[in-house]
Amino acid sequence: MRNPFRSEEEAFRFVWLTILYSALIVAGSFINVWVGLAVFLVETAFIVWWIFRRGRREQPIPQVPPPHPEGERRILVVANETVGGEPLLQEIRRRSEGVDEHVFVVVPALNSPIRHWTSDEDGAREAAQKRLEDSLASLRASGVDARGEIGDSDPLQAIEDGIRTYAPDELIISTHPPERSHWLERGVVAGARERFALPVTHVVVDLGMPSVGSEPPGLQK
Amino acid sequence: MGARAVSAAAGAQGHGHGDATLHPPPIHYSSRIAPVIVGIFLFIGSEIMLFGSFFTVYFFDRVVNNVHPWPPIDPATGHPFERPWFVALVNTCILVTSSFTMHWATVSVKRNNRAGFQAGMVLTILLGLTFLLTQVIEYHRLGFNTSDTAFAATFFGLTGLHGCHVFIGLLILTVMAVRAFRGHFSPEHHHGIEVGGIYWHFVDVMWIVVYVTVYIL
Repeated sequence: MRNPFRSEEEAFRFVWLTILYSALIVAGSFINVWVGLAVFLVETAFIVWWIFRRGRREQPIPQVPPPHPEGERRILVVANETVGGEPLLQEIRRRSEGVDEHVFVVVPALNSPIRHWTSDEDGAREAAQKRLEDSLASLRASGVDARGEIGDSDPLQAIEDGIRTYAPDELIISTHPPERSHWLERGVVAGARERFALPVTHVVVDLGMPSVGSEPPGLQK
Repeated sequence: MGARAVSAAAGAQGHGHGDATLHPPPIHYSSRIAPVIVGIFLFIGSEIMLFGSFFTVYFFDRVVNNVHPWPPIDPATGHPFERPWFVALVNTCILVTSSFTMHWATVSVKRNNRAGFQAGMVLTILLGLTFLLTQVIEYHRLGFNTSDTAFAATFFGLTGLHGCHVFIGLLILTVMAVRAFRGHFSPEHHHGIEVGGIYWHFVDVMWIVVYVTVYIL
């Protein structure tokens, strides 16, 4: 849901919507009290429906083909606690074979909602920075050209930022197994496939088990 | 952009101690919403709760107490309370117009139109002042007071609470206008105008709700 008071312009628009909303109720009430009540209920129900529908609907982000030489492949990797997991590293190495690969790792600075809304992100960013550095060190040790950033605390926002800045050819999202993954519970992978027009691969990393396979790569335009 | 490149070197430098050349690390915040806007959002949230409590009292008196007819009978005159809906309608138009001028001021500062910005601020203040003065004059002509019935108490409570917000809004607008005439704000830096404008539109929205609820329905 978007905050209707996000900017002065949106607040100004909200004034007019309030006038329209109220005027319809008043008009209904002049006919009959129950008509006014019905108008109020219908309008309110419509607004609630519209807010939730708009919140769920995600427009695919236009993906401009990245201007890079033939044979070069840019991979955007988004992961948090699983960023150093062996299945993810294996998947990156596998996809890097035979091409001039460039890996860009985004580690969202996950935070509690209260800390997020009060902009208290220092701790989350420090933890994400540590994970990012460990991950980049592992990838570079494997001969993969990797660099990275700390991303927004919202994984989908972090992916969008990464896509806009890095223009990747494909996206790899690494998560915990379904029974332990908050990202899967929040529909991050499904949301990314719906929202971003580039191939998305989901890698499952079980940090508690040394040998774990990844989910079959799911590609979706 | 939410994702900002943070090199290991920069991270180490930002958290170092004892070096006079070091400075605090840059502030990071979500790409979705700036802290200043979060602040005004939380403030408006608290305001909605405050107004909500007053509306609760009003509807308790009206619905739960099941008072008929509405407005109730004024014990002093034996007739229903007169609500000056027409004057309040004119006042509503004045306040809505002030939202227009406030928006004009904000658009002007974004377009680096200093004259439009200043004129918008002055007009908004004048319209807000007119609204407040009309409200005060109308209070004197109502013919009932806060202690007359529960209806009178909630009427003055809701409209008075809103009047206080208009007064505070006028103080904010005055500070903004003074800064506008001193050459403050620019197309790049005008958060003070954005936030003040949001507050003023919120006051406008609340008045529409108060007017429809208290004066019309």
